[in-house]
Amino acid sequence: MRNFPLPWPCAARARPASAWPALAWMLLLMLLLMPTLAHAQDQTQNQPQDQSDDAAIELLEALDVSSYADKGAAIEAIVTSDDSRAREWLQELLDGRLQRTDDGRFVVVLENRGRDWPVADALTGEALGEISRRNLERIGINNALRNQLRSAIAVVDLYSPDLERRRASAERLLGEVDADLAEPLVSVIEGEEDDQVRERLVQALAIHRIELGELDALSQLEGSLHPRVRVALNRAASGDDPVLADAARSALAGIEQQLKINRGLETLYFGLSLGSVLVLAAIGLAITFGVMGVINMAHGELIMLGAYTTWAMQQLLPGQPGLALILSIPAGFLVAALAGIAIERGVIQFLKGRPLETLLATFGVSLILQQLVRTVISPLNRTVVSPEWMSGSLHINDALSLTLNRMFVLGFALVVFAGLMLIMRRTRLGLEVRAVTQNRAMARSMGIRATRVDIMTFALGSGVAGLAGVALSQLTNVGPNLGQNYIIDSFMVVVFGGVGNLWGTLVAGLSLGVINQVLEPWAGAVLAKIIVLVFIILFIQKRPRGLFPQKGRAAEG
Amino acid sequence: MTTFQRMIPVTHTRFPAKPARFAAAALVAAITAGGVTQVMAQEEEDPIKVGILHSLTGTMAISESTLKDTVEMLIEQQNEAGGLLGRELEAVVVDPASNWPLFAERARELLAQEEVDVIFGNWTSVSRKAVLPVVEELNGLLFYPVQYEGEESSENVFYTGAAPNQQAIPAVNYLHEQVGVERWVLAGTDYVYPRTTNRILEAYLQEEFGVAEEDIMVNYTPFGHSDWQNIVAEIGRFGSEGKKTAVVSTINGDANVPFYRELANQGIDAADIPVVAFSVGEQELSGIDTAPLVGHLAAWNYFMSVDTDANYDFIDAWIEYTGDEESVTNDPMEAHYIGFNMWAEAVRKAGTTDVDAVKDAIIGVTVPNLTGGYAAMMPNHHITKPVLIGEVQDNGQFDVVWQTPSTVAGDAWSDFLPGSRDLISDWRAPMRCGNFNVETGSCGGSTAAEEAEAALAE
Repeated sequence: MRNFPLPWPCAARARPASAWPALAWMLLLMLLLMPTLAHAQDQTQNQPQDQSDDAAIELLEALDVSSYADKGAAIEAIVTSDDSRAREWLQELLDGRLQRTDDGRFVVVLENRGRDWPVADALTGEALGEISRRNLERIGINNALRNQLRSAIAVVDLYSPDLERRRASAERLLGEVDADLAEPLVSVIEGEEDDQVRERLVQALAIHRIELGELDALSQLEGSLHPRVRVALNRAASGDDPVLADAARSALAGIEQQLKINRGLETLYFGLSLGSVLVLAAIGLAITFGVMGVINMAHGELIMLGAYTTWAMQQLLPGQPGLALILSIPAGFLVAALAGIAIERGVIQFLKGRPLETLLATFGVSLILQQLVRTVISPLNRTVVSPEWMSGSLHINDALSLTLNRMFVLGFALVVFAGLMLIMRRTRLGLEVRAVTQNRAMARSMGIRATRVDIMTFALGSGVAGLAGVALSQLTNVGPNLGQNYIIDSFMVVVFGGVGNLWGTLVAGLSLGVINQVLEPWAGAVLAKIIVLVFIILFIQKRPRGLFPQKGRAAEG
Repeated sequence: MTTFQRMIPVTHTRFPAKPARFAAAALVAAITAGGVTQVMAQEEEDPIKVGILHSLTGTMAISESTLKDTVEMLIEQQNEAGGLLGRELEAVVVDPASNWPLFAERARELLAQEEVDVIFGNWTSVSRKAVLPVVEELNGLLFYPVQYEGEESSENVFYTGAAPNQQAIPAVNYLHEQVGVERWVLAGTDYVYPRTTNRILEAYLQEEFGVAEEDIMVNYTPFGHSDWQNIVAEIGRFGSEGKKTAVVSTINGDANVPFYRELANQGIDAADIPVVAFSVGEQELSGIDTAPLVGHLAAWNYFMSVDTDANYDFIDAWIEYTGDEESVTNDPMEAHYIGFNMWAEAVRKAGTTDVDAVKDAIIGVTVPNLTGGYAAMMPNHHITKPVLIGEVQDNGQFDVVWQTPSTVAGDAWSDFLPGSRDLISDWRAPMRCGNFNVETGSCGGSTAAEEAEAALAE
């Protein structure tokens, strides 16, 4: 942020014990919470620093120019205008919702989908109904203005009573402090109660002081892993001042070790998360292929059905992506399991003991399912929204954050695995499945209905594929080709882990994921994939039965 | 027609009711005049056949099926306006099923069996390379609507999408001059278009802006790559060294969704490290929740959000045609719009659909584009286009933040690649050459067959 004059609330705050007490804060809070209501109050109570509408229109009018430099000046004018609606305008401008109608009225677009958009008056907040998008002219901004707006809002928010806003503001100001802001920042730091905000602001100020060449500020940044601190140190290290450059270099060297550890942890997490995806995709196959011995090339399409179920659920419950996602877990299982039963009854049961024909027939089924989705739904990818609680990352430290969606998928994979182990080990179905696969004739003579067990097992494996689809909808495209991308990987994991062994699938999936991610930074994504494939081929040469081969007579039979 | 019906991979969609052919034949037979009259009569009664060579099934159906619909819509509109040369237009649709060698077979079918007068088709470069020898051998006309890597100029192909100098080069100019980018990540899918484009860009950045080698990071990923964690983390680290960094993305198709998702989740914001994409348009964005992507960039020659009446009319017609309020338009659709109108204009000018006559007539033809300007067909079979830089908004649309002051003519042979910079293409008489070497003063001739072989072998 350069040459940025302080906006209205700071001036008020800077006066010691000013008449800017709780009442005003409450008013501001209401203004933030209920913009429309607050605007109405502006009208009636008429705050002293509020401008007349003419002046406000003039402020906004200045924004409606083609040159981005002029727009930047206009934004500054708004910031310094003392108008209580300024923050709202800045936010609306930042969000691209501040627009102008054909007859020159400034409006806020409330919802910008479809051909007609509902709008409200930018000055009064009064709802104006729907206007065709043809008649609306957006006040465009670019990334530079976006930066300027964010910084301006951050400066305003520094004085906000809302802790979250202050935290975001402090985070934003790191590396953005300039001479104008530095002075008031000192008093803000003194008055700040929250440790996190204070620490950030101290660092922000220190970065500014280093830019000025003050050596003693360096001590306040020592040990910080934040990328922006590193940027500042890197700059200082290549700067003109030899003393400062040396000090910056030693500070950088000090955090080098910690960065390495964090990077290692990050790679491990990436690997485990990729591995969990592989496990999820493969675990259903570990049952149908591993336990039953059926080569099901339509496994990927069962995953796809699970993903489409998530999409359909979100269509049924618009506006509640989280609930829809949770409900898709049983729904996805059911849909895929039913599809699995249909495939088993319709195709596979007639081809028992003929693996080559099963392979070809199920490959045909996979193509049919793909084209069915293309024809009935659309060849285009579908949008599956991530719920709020699955977006973003979990902040461990300044150099390490773990993405939340992947963490959920990792947890989900482990839960599914545990559930499957329980079913196979602790339930009657599991016992029967194991009996039938070990010796079909013997199991039948013991009174187990082998056909029913076949159906149930295949449904279970397919249902788990559906679950994988639900999880994958949060990571990748939901489209007709979704399944194709995972079928090869799934077979790879099952074969590598040892056919018929669920633990093998878990260990194989996770370790392949980690190997891939460790290789990727220096080999590149394409080569890493190839190396992993070659590695598996060599491994299978040495140990044809995989990591955890089945032992005993059943394995030989 | 409902969407459902149109999605069925039809092999032959015959457009409006066939003119009474039998009646015409009877009439012709009745007239005992010479053969000339017969041919004339037949020509007048027969519809003009327009071949559509876009995948309706397989991986590319996601992008190509809309283009098929676009051409069908344009044909319908043309027929409503009275056809062309007094004749009806008829669409002949074939489905090459995202299978590159099949593209060549289907093209042969269109030209040899169906005897179409023109083909609109192809998306991927490898499919175009496969079709190239066929259209040259059978002397067809192909309008190719997608941005591509250049380094090609065929007598029988008209490139209505952008060449690198109409997309990639202006985009990096914008980033360098307006955004102040000093470090570059060139990320792409591992195939011919990204590799050639990145080669051009690398040479351009080093020559024009003096960018050091350590300030360029090149990364390739396989098709449909879905695990971007490592690469995005690396981009984040590459970008936090103190210099303004941008990503130039030639990542193709499906891989973009997980890529952008990962960017958002790892908190890489467009204001810090903008990504400018050459293959992400409105249609690709319609599969993503774009709220976290606001501010990322794309360079195209058309955006759906362009504020002109011609564009609004086109969008309204498209929505009406598809019957889907949410359907979007994109750059390759505009390219077909321009290409179709150019071809129609050239046919009118030539007074016939004869390929050689149309080929000569079309050079210099100027038609309006959808962005408020005009597109002209250049002698190298590329067209003039404005270059627009758009920023992603939260509604899946782009907001134009910059555009070239005037249109840019497509350059078939890049000036930034050794070997290529000496070549020019001019299909007017007397040169009639797609790769004339100004150094040696000789024409290289067509290499379509070898190129097709090389492309398909990959």
